[in-house]
Amino acid sequence: MSVPAFRVAYGGASHRASAALLAIAILALAAAPLWADRQTLRLLSEIFAYMALASLWNLLAGYAGLVSVGQHAYVGLGAYMLFALTIFAGLHPLLAIPLSALAGALVAIPVAALVFRLRGHYFAIGTWVIAEVFRLVAAQLAALGGGSGTSLPAAIVTSIAETRQAREFAIYWTALILAVGIVGLIVLLLRSRYGLALTAIRDNELAARSNGVSVIRVKFIVYVVTAFGTAAVGALIFLQKLRISPDAAFSVNDWTAFVIFITVIGGIGRVEGPIIGTLVFFLLRQTLADLGSLYLMMLGAVAIVVMLKAPKGLWGLVVARFGWQVFPLQRHVTLGDEPSGAESIDPPHLPPIGSRH
Amino acid sequence: MDWLNTIVQGVLIGGLYAMFAAGLSLIFGVMRLVNIAHGDLIVLAAYLALVTIETLGVGPIASLTIVVPLMALIGYALQRVLLNHTLGDDLLPPLLVTFGLSVIIQNGLLEVFTADSRRLSAGAIEVATWPIANGLAVGVLPLIQFTAAVVVIGLLQMLFYRTALGRAFRATSDDPRVAQLMGLNNHHVFALAMALSLAVIAIAGVLLAIRTNFDPAIGPARLIFGFEAVIIGGLGNLWGTLAGGIILGVAQAIGAKLDPGWQLLAGHIAFLAVLAFRPEGLFPRIR
Repeated sequence: MSVPAFRVAYGGASHRASAALLAIAILALAAAPLWADRQTLRLLSEIFAYMALASLWNLLAGYAGLVSVGQHAYVGLGAYMLFALTIFAGLHPLLAIPLSALAGALVAIPVAALVFRLRGHYFAIGTWVIAEVFRLVAAQLAALGGGSGTSLPAAIVTSIAETRQAREFAIYWTALILAVGIVGLIVLLLRSRYGLALTAIRDNELAARSNGVSVIRVKFIVYVVTAFGTAAVGALIFLQKLRISPDAAFSVNDWTAFVIFITVIGGIGRVEGPIIGTLVFFLLRQTLADLGSLYLMMLGAVAIVVMLKAPKGLWGLVVARFGWQVFPLQRHVTLGDEPSGAESIDPPHLPPIGSRH
Repeated sequence: MDWLNTIVQGVLIGGLYAMFAAGLSLIFGVMRLVNIAHGDLIVLAAYLALVTIETLGVGPIASLTIVVPLMALIGYALQRVLLNHTLGDDLLPPLLVTFGLSVIIQNGLLEVFTADSRRLSAGAIEVATWPIANGLAVGVLPLIQFTAAVVVIGLLQMLFYRTALGRAFRATSDDPRVAQLMGLNNHHVFALAMALSLAVIAIAGVLLAIRTNFDPAIGPARLIFGFEAVIIGGLGNLWGTLAGGIILGVAQAIGAKLDPGWQLLAGHIAFLAVLAFRPEGLFPRIR
C-alpha cells in the first residue's frame, strides 16, 4: 500500500504579487514624513491604531470565538500604564509602550480565569463589566487626576524628541511599526500550528475539540496575546493625545463599538477584513463626521445589515467573487514532490495542537 | 441604625435590579439570546413614558398603560423582523446585532432628546416616608417599587409554570425542534417571549425614571446591573435573581456609605467574588 507523496503548501504565485504590493505600500507609508503634511500624518497614525485594534478584535472574536465587548478595558489599561510609567517611574515614553503592553498581558491572565467561567453570550457582558471595573478604579487614582484625568507633563513630552516635528515623526513611525507588527504577528500566528487550531475552532468548535485541539488553552493564549497588543495600541493612542481621563481611555464607543463595526463591515474571520473595514470606516468618517451621533447610528445599521445579509463582510464578497487573498494563509495539498511555485511545509506528522506534551 | 438604614435602602433598590434581570434571563432562558440592547431599551421605555406624560398630562403610573403595551409591541416586532434571523448555532450574529441596536437606540435618543438629564415627577409620593422605628424610615416610593418587583417576578414564575404559554416557553427552551414538531411556531413563541421581556422592561424603566435622573447614556450600566443580578442569583431561577438583585443593591449601598466613589465598584466586586468562588451562582436551579 503506497501513500502518494504530497506536500502542504501556502498560497501560490499570486501571493508574490500581493507581497510585493504590500512591501511597496509599507515603504511608501514609512516615507510618509517626506511627502505628507502634519494633518495627514496624524490621520494615518489614527488609521494604523484602528487597523491594529480591529485586527486584534478579529483574532479574538473571528477566530477564537471570544466575542468580547470589553476590549476598551485594555486600551485604557495600556494608556494608564503609559502615564504611570512615565510620570512616576520616569521611563522614556517609547520604552513605556512595550512595558504597558506587558502589563496588559499580565492583568489579562487572572481576568481570563474569571471571565472564562461565563459561557458564550454571558462572556461578552462579563468582559464589559471588567472594563467598567477598570474605569472605576482609574477614576479613584488621585495621583493621575481621578475622575477628571491628567495631562502628560511637558518634560516627558520633550523627552520623546526635542522638536515638535521630530516628536510627530517618532509617534507616526511607532504607530506604523505597531500596526504592521500586530498584523504581521497575527499572520505568523495563523500560519503556526496554533493558527491551524484557531481556524478549526472558527469553523467548528466541536469538530476542533474532537480532533484533539485543546480549545480552552488556545482561547486563553489568544485572549492574553490580544490584551498585550490592545494595551500597546492604547498606550500609543494616548501618548499622541497627551491627555488622559477615565471616560476617554475606557470609552466603549471609541475603542469597542467602532472596532467591532469596522471588523464586521470589513469581514470578520479573515485577516484582510479589519484592514478593508478600517479604510471604509475612515473614508465614511472623513465625509460624514459632521453628522455626529447620526454617523454612529448609520454605522450600527450598516453593521447589522452586513451581519444578516453578508456575514463575511466586504472582503468576504470580494473573495467569493474574485478569490483574492492578500496574505498567504490558505493551506492546500499538492500531490507529487514538485513544489508548484509555492512555499511548502512538511506533511503534518505533528503532535496534537495545543495539547500538553 | 445608620447601617440598618443603608441595608434597607440597598434591599429596596435591589428589587429594581431584579426587574432588569428578569427580562434578561427570560429571553436567555427561552432562546439563549443575550440582548445587549437590554439597558438601552429600559432607557427607551423611560423616554416613552416621558413623552406620554408630557402629551397626555397623566402621571407616571398611568403612563404604564401606554408604555407597557407599546414596548411589548416593539419587542414582538423586533424579534419577528430582526432577531429571529440571528438565531442559530453561531454566537456572533445575535451578539453583534443587539450590540448594533444598542448603539442605534442610544444615539437615536441622544439625537431626539439631547444629553440633558431628565426625570419623571410622581408628585408628593416621591418624598413620602413611612417611619418604622426611631431613626429608620422607609420611603414609600422605594417600597412600592420593591413590591412591584416581587409581584412581577411572582407573576412571571406563575406564567412560566402554570400556563400554556409558559409551557410553550419551557418546551421551546428545552428543545426547539421537538417543540416545533408538537405544533408550536417557534418564531411566534420567541417573539412573545421578547414582548414579555420588554413589557417587564417598560415597568422597570418607568420605576427607574421616577427614582433617579436618566439620560441616553445610562443604558449599558442597567444592562450590567441586570446581568450581575442574574449571575449572582444563579441561571434559570427567578427568585434567585431577586436575591441576586438584592445582594447587588446592598453591596452598592454599603460601598456608597464607605465612599461615594465606591458605590458601583462595590457592586462589581460582589459580582466578581461570586464568579470567583461560586461561578454557578448562589441559587442555581436544581433539577
